[in-house]
Amino acid sequence: MPKKYHIHASPVPPRVKPIGKYTTIEFREDCAGSCRKCVKKRCIYDVFKDNYTHMSIMEEPEYLYTCNSCFRCVQECTKGIFSRAINPEYRTLGDKYWTPDIIYKTWLQAQTGKIPVSGAGYRGPFVGSGFDSMWTDMSEIVRPTRDGIHGREYINTCIELSRRPLGLSFNEDMSLKTEVVPILEIPLPILFQQPEFGILSKNIPISIAKAAEKIGTLMFIKSQDLNSDLMAYAANLIPCVNKNNYKNHTEIIHKCKMVEIDYEPGIEKEFSELRKINNDLFISVGMPLNKHSSSRALEIAQTDVDTIHFYADNNGREYDSDNPLFIKEKIREIHLALVKKSIRQKVNLLFSGGMAMAEHVAKAIICGADGVVIDSALLVAMECRMCYRCKSGLSCPAKFENAELPYGSQRIVNLMGAWHSQLLEIMGAMGLREARRLRGEVGRSMWFEDLEKECFGPIFGERKVSLKL
Amino acid sequence: MNKLPEIKETPSRFRNTIGKYIIKRSSKCISCGLCAKLCPYGVHLRYDNYSKPIRPIEHKCIGFECKNNEYYCIDKCPQQALTLRLNPILETMGDYRWTSEMLIAHFEMAETGNLPNVKLEYDLGNSGGGFDKIRFINPDADKYINISDEEIDTSVQLNKTGDDRPVTTISIPCYGGGMSYGSTALPVMVGRARAAKVLNTLTCTGEGGYPPELLPYKEHVITQVATGLFGVREETIKYSPVMEFKYAQGAKPGLGGHLLGAKVTPAVAAMRETVVGSSLFSPFPFHSVYSVEDHKKHVDWMKEINHDVLVSVKVSTPIDVDMVAIGAYYAGAHIIHIDGSYGGTGAAPDIAKKNIAMPIEYAIPKVHRFLLNEGVRDKICLIASGGIRNAMDVVKAIALGADGVVIGTAEIVALECVRCTNCESGRGCARGIATTDPELGYMITEEYTEQRIVNMYMAWRKQWCEILRSFGMKSLKELVGRSDILVHLDYLDESERAKYKPAPNVEMVI
Repeated sequence: MPKKYHIHASPVPPRVKPIGKYTTIEFREDCAGSCRKCVKKRCIYDVFKDNYTHMSIMEEPEYLYTCNSCFRCVQECTKGIFSRAINPEYRTLGDKYWTPDIIYKTWLQAQTGKIPVSGAGYRGPFVGSGFDSMWTDMSEIVRPTRDGIHGREYINTCIELSRRPLGLSFNEDMSLKTEVVPILEIPLPILFQQPEFGILSKNIPISIAKAAEKIGTLMFIKSQDLNSDLMAYAANLIPCVNKNNYKNHTEIIHKCKMVEIDYEPGIEKEFSELRKINNDLFISVGMPLNKHSSSRALEIAQTDVDTIHFYADNNGREYDSDNPLFIKEKIREIHLALVKKSIRQKVNLLFSGGMAMAEHVAKAIICGADGVVIDSALLVAMECRMCYRCKSGLSCPAKFENAELPYGSQRIVNLMGAWHSQLLEIMGAMGLREARRLRGEVGRSMWFEDLEKECFGPIFGERKVSLKL
Repeated sequence: MNKLPEIKETPSRFRNTIGKYIIKRSSKCISCGLCAKLCPYGVHLRYDNYSKPIRPIEHKCIGFECKNNEYYCIDKCPQQALTLRLNPILETMGDYRWTSEMLIAHFEMAETGNLPNVKLEYDLGNSGGGFDKIRFINPDADKYINISDEEIDTSVQLNKTGDDRPVTTISIPCYGGGMSYGSTALPVMVGRARAAKVLNTLTCTGEGGYPPELLPYKEHVITQVATGLFGVREETIKYSPVMEFKYAQGAKPGLGGHLLGAKVTPAVAAMRETVVGSSLFSPFPFHSVYSVEDHKKHVDWMKEINHDVLVSVKVSTPIDVDMVAIGAYYAGAHIIHIDGSYGGTGAAPDIAKKNIAMPIEYAIPKVHRFLLNEGVRDKICLIASGGIRNAMDVVKAIALGADGVVIGTAEIVALECVRCTNCESGRGCARGIATTDPELGYMITEEYTEQRIVNMYMAWRKQWCEILRSFGMKSLKELVGRSDILVHLDYLDESERAKYKPAPNVEMVI
């Protein structure tokens, strides 16, 4: 039995003080000081351990980054001098898509490599836009599952990025006539790409590349941003080139396994030229996600391309549209267009943009992707606050310019370890043992619109308010 | 329920209560005692022979609504020593499903047994869908029947099969969800059983064994048989009026259970027949059940052990939950218990709590309709759980098609759980509820637990009775499946929607 794929996490503490959600405010002038029942000393989470011994020199208000919001200090103080507030800094994290909760949980995963676990049930809205308007489905007594991640059976998260023949043909002597192309397999359905912002030191892309090497995945990088340090990770890089410049990058193309070329009409003519540089080269075609995506996917899939990579914006929306569709709908559209033409099996589909949580990986695959490509989440793993200050040339509160290579790479490895474990959890719960089998398996999902129609339609009639999806 | 259980005032365990408003007394106070004389809500206390002023009982203050009353303490204070404002802490409490006002209101109901005096929104959460968008239609005033609460029947019959087993009836349409020995403190477990006895309903052991302390209440305790079979023995099934097969929990279906090693104390390990400090996994699924036929063997096995036991089958809500329900019926279950995805849990990966399974609001009508079409709806008791938070959710669930509901989180909230979500942490719950730590476990008593839960259900009952009266009904059984008297705000035209209470819509910091 082959060794199980496992991502080894090792805790990496934060470089800057993390921003917790809550602050405990103490109105010190009323403190009895000597009541001998100081709630600070009795906190079961020990959040006051750094400051209860020197009360007199603390600043007001006091922000307690690790407060677990149990309210005991508020409710038990003999003088009632404690109150709580949302940490104002917490509100400044991210935006409506990259919410403070997503960012905070990503930090924890990057620090520990563990899956976020909590009690007390779900705290969020009933339904939301984007990926939040679908639920995954689990196994039940009529659809028995395996043992999940705690069991003996191996759940495989491998995907292939190499093209596949649609059928086999044989010579008269029964030898194989079909040319068998090499297989490019990566151990999890997540690839990296160079983020659009936040590259404030050369260590940032190198950290990402090193993490890709450690866990066996690949990283998309613009060819013009390659440098000698990155060349050490060439086997795990996918240089992104275009029709006009790829001849300037023969060194990296010769060393890497896969290259991405920008879409242009007639681009397939360049594939053979690329393969002349590297005979074993796998080719991806990259293009923005927009209203032409389905037709272009059909066109490119007919060629001998291996993978098609669609780029959505940072919030997972298509480009060039006044009313942009979310990536979930676009994946479904492109996947089904290829299925309809019976060529879905031939190529692989990768999607990037807006992949912020482990659940997005599973949901994107259910919609029809083979794998996803992440970028901003990699920065968040390195304590990015998604404040976008760097875009305006302002200083980085996470001090990215000081990020060390081992720190950055291990934080990303930890994050991927946590995401991988969550993927196993969710696939185990579905009774699936192969990430490849999850692709397009909408039977393992439930969609808001369908449930409303099926369950509420017979009771309430026609829905008059549509969810902004 | 002719004679209703007694309500007893059961104040908070904590020195400082949390209310909607903050009322502060400044050093200008001369302790004249006027505010204590004026306030009819008991906000200001003053003991004889005690000259110093006492901090106001803030959660009883009705706030700015009091302004027009002649007893408004802020205006009447001769020293102007009192100030009133909205409590900013509310923003840090609660979540989209359990808003801070809903939490505070439930604390109040559990304390007094009555609906809160303070204006709080406790019927609706802020989730933006499901129960929070469903309303009862405005009733016809002519249908109102003016009868007392005692005359209204809120009972649920658990055995409708017509077999020769007991026709067990519980007096309220709710029973307690499984919370295992190990996941909650023993006084909580015993207190819940005591409350179940007083209320003539049931509570459930969860999958952690049957502590002997529950034996005096065994007529009201369900034995749960889950995949780990922790602490399950023939005798525990013989004790019980109902046994529950847990195939899945709605908050984490397909994953099984997990009790952290830190919570496996010597007592827990002894009860579960395991090793101290070692994390315990309940596998998913039952490895002896891979078909409805296998399931039937399970059910038959239980029925053979205890000839009087009723069998409940707890499942989560996959897309084919209706097929699962009919399978359970044909396997001989008396109760099909469907557990939706937004329910409580001691510990679950966040990815599971949010994404796996169907919300119970969808599952109830789906299963109810399917059972009706199959012609077996009146032969099986349909119980729903998972995200049913308050009295109005209960009656909405019943109108959608359930016979009754299972309550977990709300009972814990009655014990002053603030849903801080740290139940899974090492020593467990800082508030002494979901913990096996001896020090934290002493924070709570059986008496407190029992009475707070009884009080909460008695407050809920008042709301149920009022709903039934307003639709001219005398029994909750008349409400089952009456989805014709429900509306969903998103399915109404704007003019129609305006006739109903709007859905709360506050952006929360999560």
